[in-house]
Amino acid sequence: MTTILDPTDERKPVARQITARSGTLSGTIGLLDIRKPRGNVLLDELERQIRAAAPDVTVKRFTKPTFTKPCPDDIRRDIAAQVDYLVEALAD
Amino acid sequence: MTEPKPGFSLKSLAGGTHAFPAGGPSLVVFVKEDCETCNTAAPVIEAFHRAYGEKLQVLMPSQSGEASALFAARHSLTFPVLDDTGCKTSFDWDIEIVPSVFWLNPDGSLQQHFEGFVRAEWQALSAEIAASLSLPQAQIDWDALPAWRPGCGSRHLYPEIFARLSAEANGELLRARRIEIGEADDVAEFMFDQGFSDGLPLVPPTPERVLRMLGGTHRAPQDLIAVVPPNMGEATTEKVAINAVMAGCKPEYMPVLIAALEAVCTDAFNIHGVTATTMGAAPVIVVNGPIRDRIGMNKGLGALGSGNRANATIGRALRLIVGNVGGGKPGGVERSTLGNPMKYTMCFAENEERSPWPPLHVERGFNKDDSVVTVFAMTGGPVHIVDQESREPRQVAGSIGLGLEGVFLPKLRNLPVDALLVVCPEHIDTLMSQGHYTKAELRARIQEVTSRPLSEMVASDTSGAGIPKATAEKMGAEKLRASAPKFAGEEYIHIVVAGSDAGKFSSAFHGWATGEIGSQSVSRKIDLG
Repeated sequence: MTTILDPTDERKPVARQITARSGTLSGTIGLLDIRKPRGNVLLDELERQIRAAAPDVTVKRFTKPTFTKPCPDDIRRDIAAQVDYLVEALAD
Repeated sequence: MTEPKPGFSLKSLAGGTHAFPAGGPSLVVFVKEDCETCNTAAPVIEAFHRAYGEKLQVLMPSQSGEASALFAARHSLTFPVLDDTGCKTSFDWDIEIVPSVFWLNPDGSLQQHFEGFVRAEWQALSAEIAASLSLPQAQIDWDALPAWRPGCGSRHLYPEIFARLSAEANGELLRARRIEIGEADDVAEFMFDQGFSDGLPLVPPTPERVLRMLGGTHRAPQDLIAVVPPNMGEATTEKVAINAVMAGCKPEYMPVLIAALEAVCTDAFNIHGVTATTMGAAPVIVVNGPIRDRIGMNKGLGALGSGNRANATIGRALRLIVGNVGGGKPGGVERSTLGNPMKYTMCFAENEERSPWPPLHVERGFNKDDSVVTVFAMTGGPVHIVDQESREPRQVAGSIGLGLEGVFLPKLRNLPVDALLVVCPEHIDTLMSQGHYTKAELRARIQEVTSRPLSEMVASDTSGAGIPKATAEKMGAEKLRASAPKFAGEEYIHIVVAGSDAGKFSSAFHGWATGEIGSQSVSRKIDLG
C-alpha cells in the first residue's frame, strides 16, 4: 500500500481503484443478466466454465427486468448481500 | 524536576505488554542487537535487574526486530526486552545513540541519562540506584569491563525510518487528502490515470517526501502562497511541496518555486491568459542572484536545457501547480493550438559572472546580492541567432537584431510584444571587443536594423497580414514611407546572458500579448527566510 498526497485543489473525487486481487478463486460469484439478447447464453457458458475450474465457488444468477433502465434497488441490495464478486453481461 | 518522558506501551518478546510509567522508579535502556556497546552493557543491566529488580522496573526497548531474541538469549536476560522495531518509542524519546540509558522517577520524569558505555558513569549509576532504593549494590566485576566505548547511532535515525516517523509524528501538519493506492495498482500508472501528470512520469508525493520538501522553506505548510487561476485553487505551501515532489525538485528549490508561483499568479503576469491562449504561451523563469549557485542551477553550457535538475524541475513544478491546483489542463481551459515544449518546463539562471552588464534583477531595481526570479510569458523559443562571422560590435549587434525579425511574423513591426534575448558569451566578447557596448546600445541597434518602411507591412498577395490595404490607401504614400522598428519600444527588449564560452549562438524567446490585457513580466525577490 502506498499513500500519496493529493496534488490538486481536491474539487474532484479520486477515481475508483482496482480491488486487490487475492490470487485465488473462492466465495460467491454473481452473474447478472441485463436482458440484452443472448446475454444469458454468454453467462451460461461463463457459469459452466467457472464451475469446472473452481468447483468450490458458488455461482448465483440475477436478472434485471430490462436493460433499458437502471437496476432496481432491491436487486442491487440482493446482489450486495449475497455475492462477493459480480460479473455483468453488458451488451449483445 | 524535568518533564516526564513520553509514555509507551510495548510488547515484550515473551508476549506481555509493558507500560511506562508504571508507578515506580524505572531504568529504561534502548539497544540494538548489532551494537557492540549494547552487548557490553547488557550483562551490567541484567546484574542491575537481579540486584534492584524488585524495586526498580528495568525495561529494554530493542530496535532489532527478530534479532532482539538473539540479543536476549545471548545475555540470558530475565527482564522484559521490548519490541521497538518500528522505532516509534526511540523517536518519541528523541535518542541519538544506543545504548541510551534513562533512570526515571515514578512519575516518568528524568533522574539521570547517559549514552554509550563510560564505565565510571555506569558504576556511579549503580551506586546511586542502590542508595536510593536502600539495597546492596549489584555484584559486577567492573575491572573486567572496558573503561569507555562509544555507542552506535540509533536505528530510528536511519533516513528512511526517520522520514516515516517524522511523517507520522507531523501528520497534523499535512492536510491534503490522502490517497491510498491499492496494491493491485501501479503508483506511476495511477497518477497518470488521475490526470496529475504533464505527460511525463511523476515522483509519488508520499507524506515522507512532502515533509522533506517542506523542510526547504520556512513557510508554514498551510500558508497560502497563491490563488491559482483558472479554478482559483488555493496553493498552500503543502500543495506547492506536493507538486514539487512530483516534479522531482529538491527541498532547497522551494524558495525559488514559491517566488515563481507568486510571480505568475499576479494580475500583471496573468497566468490565466497565459494558460488559456490558443497562441500557446508558457512562463519562462529567469533566476538571478546567489541562490543560482547555492542550488546548483545551470547558467552555462546547455543552460536552456537539458540535464540540470534544478532548471528542469523548478519549471516543471510550476507548470504542475498551474495544472493541478489551478486546474489549467490541456483541452480544458488550456486551449493552445499547437502547444510548445516550454509548457513542460523553462527555467534557467543568468550567467551574471560572464556578463559585462548589470544583471536582469539589478536592472529591475533589486540589489545584486538579492536572489530574484523573473517570469516572462513566451510563445516561442529559444530561437537561435547564428552569426559566426561578424567581428565588429555593430555587426554582431546587427545580426542579433535581424535574428529578432521572426517575432510573430517577420513582416510585422512596431510590436508591443516582449522578447527575451539570451546573449551567448562569444557574442558578448565580440560586442565588447572595442570597448564597453551597453545594453542600451544593443537595444537601439536592434531597433535600427529592423526598421523598415511601413509600406512593407501592407497586406499583399504574399501575405495578408499587416496593414489592411484600405487603411494603407487612406494613409497615403508619404506616411507609408516612414519607417517602423520591430518593437514598439526598447523596453520590450529584455536582455540576459547565458551559455558556455564556446559557440557564437545567441537565442531569443518570443513573447505573447504584452501589456495589461495580456501579460507583463514580473520579478519577485526570493524569500530565503
